[in-house]
Amino acid sequence: MELDLKKLKLRSVNEKLQNLDRRKNDRDFVITNPEGNHAICAGLTENINVNIKGHVGYYCGGMNQKAEITIEGNAGTGVAENMMSGKVHVKGNASQSAGATAHGGLLIIDGDASSRCGISMKGIDIIVKGSVGHMSGFMSQSGNLIVCGNAGEALGDSLYETNIYIKGKVKSLGADCVEKKMDKKHIKKLAKFLKDANINNLKAEHFKRYGSARKLYNFKIDNVSSY
Amino acid sequence: MCGIVGIYLKTKKFEKNLGKMLSGMLNNMESRGPDSAGFAIYKEENEKNYKYSLCLNELNFKDFKKEISNKLSKSQINQFSDHVILKTFEKPNKVIDIINLNFPEVSIVGYGKSIEIFKQVGNPKDVVKKFNLESFCGTHGIGHTRMATESAITTDGSHPYSTGEDECLVHNGSLSNHNNLRRELTKKGNIFNSENDTEVAAGYVSNSLSNNKSLKDTLISGLKDLDGFYTFITGTRKGFAVVRDEIACKPAVIAETDNYVAIASEFQAMAHLPGVNGAKIFEPEPGIVYSWGN
Repeated sequence: MELDLKKLKLRSVNEKLQNLDRRKNDRDFVITNPEGNHAICAGLTENINVNIKGHVGYYCGGMNQKAEITIEGNAGTGVAENMMSGKVHVKGNASQSAGATAHGGLLIIDGDASSRCGISMKGIDIIVKGSVGHMSGFMSQSGNLIVCGNAGEALGDSLYETNIYIKGKVKSLGADCVEKKMDKKHIKKLAKFLKDANINNLKAEHFKRYGSARKLYNFKIDNVSSY
Repeated sequence: MCGIVGIYLKTKKFEKNLGKMLSGMLNNMESRGPDSAGFAIYKEENEKNYKYSLCLNELNFKDFKKEISNKLSKSQINQFSDHVILKTFEKPNKVIDIINLNFPEVSIVGYGKSIEIFKQVGNPKDVVKKFNLESFCGTHGIGHTRMATESAITTDGSHPYSTGEDECLVHNGSLSNHNNLRRELTKKGNIFNSENDTEVAAGYVSNSLSNNKSLKDTLISGLKDLDGFYTFITGTRKGFAVVRDEIACKPAVIAETDNYVAIASEFQAMAHLPGVNGAKIFEPEPGIVYSWGN
């Protein structure tokens, strides 16, 4: 089903996608003429596919649960912020705070993400095929941040238990963020992420792993299984 | 918050449409700044003439026209709502003195060989309509929609700020060291007309350009001297530049095609521009000066 944002109001498009008639079994939607509007596809809760043909504004796919959203363009600030589950795929670049505070699901960015990618992430997996800007992974708590390009200044500042994997150069590490050993289990886990994201030209063992030195917060080994 | 927009034409193709392109950009940034708006348009005309952008405030246009024509022979005046563009070959020192002496209620918004500036309080859509921005042509233009934080909602508090010949600057953000910097620049001879932080940034740029520094080098030193949050767009007669502070909290996105470079706080401001979907679209990196022209 095509939803044209030149003809329909943004609010009516979002309301439609948030309140689907289950009897109709519509599962595939295309949104045309997004024209940088904010909060497109925010708050979706059903297992549907939405393809957005163009550039989107702020908070696209925010709070997403179960839905699979593809953005055929660039995304503004806070794409997939607070996502719980499902998948958001940005085919262009993403602005700052991509995947901010998200609890789950998968965010794939084919281009670059700017500053604060994965800020305060709480369980989401983020794969950036390009590079990320400064303060990425700031105060991130759980999940995986995988970057195939480079990372800007103060990577992983004040982070908790997020795993950060970087293929390229890191301009500088933030407070309490340190490089950690890539064990077999990490290589295996990362290889699966790369394979699932169709990244075939890079090898997991060529990435470096970064995580918390656990000096800034009260890390309790008893809780390690919950991260 | 505030919304900033700018467009610099690399070819002549869209010169006639510049006003139309810029007005669409300003209209789409209403949500970021609903309380005032303004814009500067650069348009080359008679090389011998200076153009003075004046806001008449309460003064009657007919009275002003009659009196100024007596004082400046061979001048030409065009009215745009409460603003006028006064064209004369007389040099800025003389004209500014005449205006300040004889018309205390008139504010000089800007002047130069090419620049025309208009700004006013009110909803951006109304301001754009009032000054008939759509009808303008030119080579580059800069605009601003304001959500006031640092100083009052007045015409003087609106952007763009012009503190030198053919110069202007718009700002999204706030400066924290503007009082100190204003004092230093005042000592060096800069004159400020408002309490606004952005006017200080514009004065800083003017001061540096008058010392023969390039626009690019000026903004590079500005990264050290201007403390606060900012995305700036600045224009000169032949140049156009954008810079974000190192923290880069204030947004900006650039779209570049063979014919133009457009910049705005949000992509939605440029969604109507011709060929934008095929443009190279990127975010200016923090602490890097991007400039076109010279």
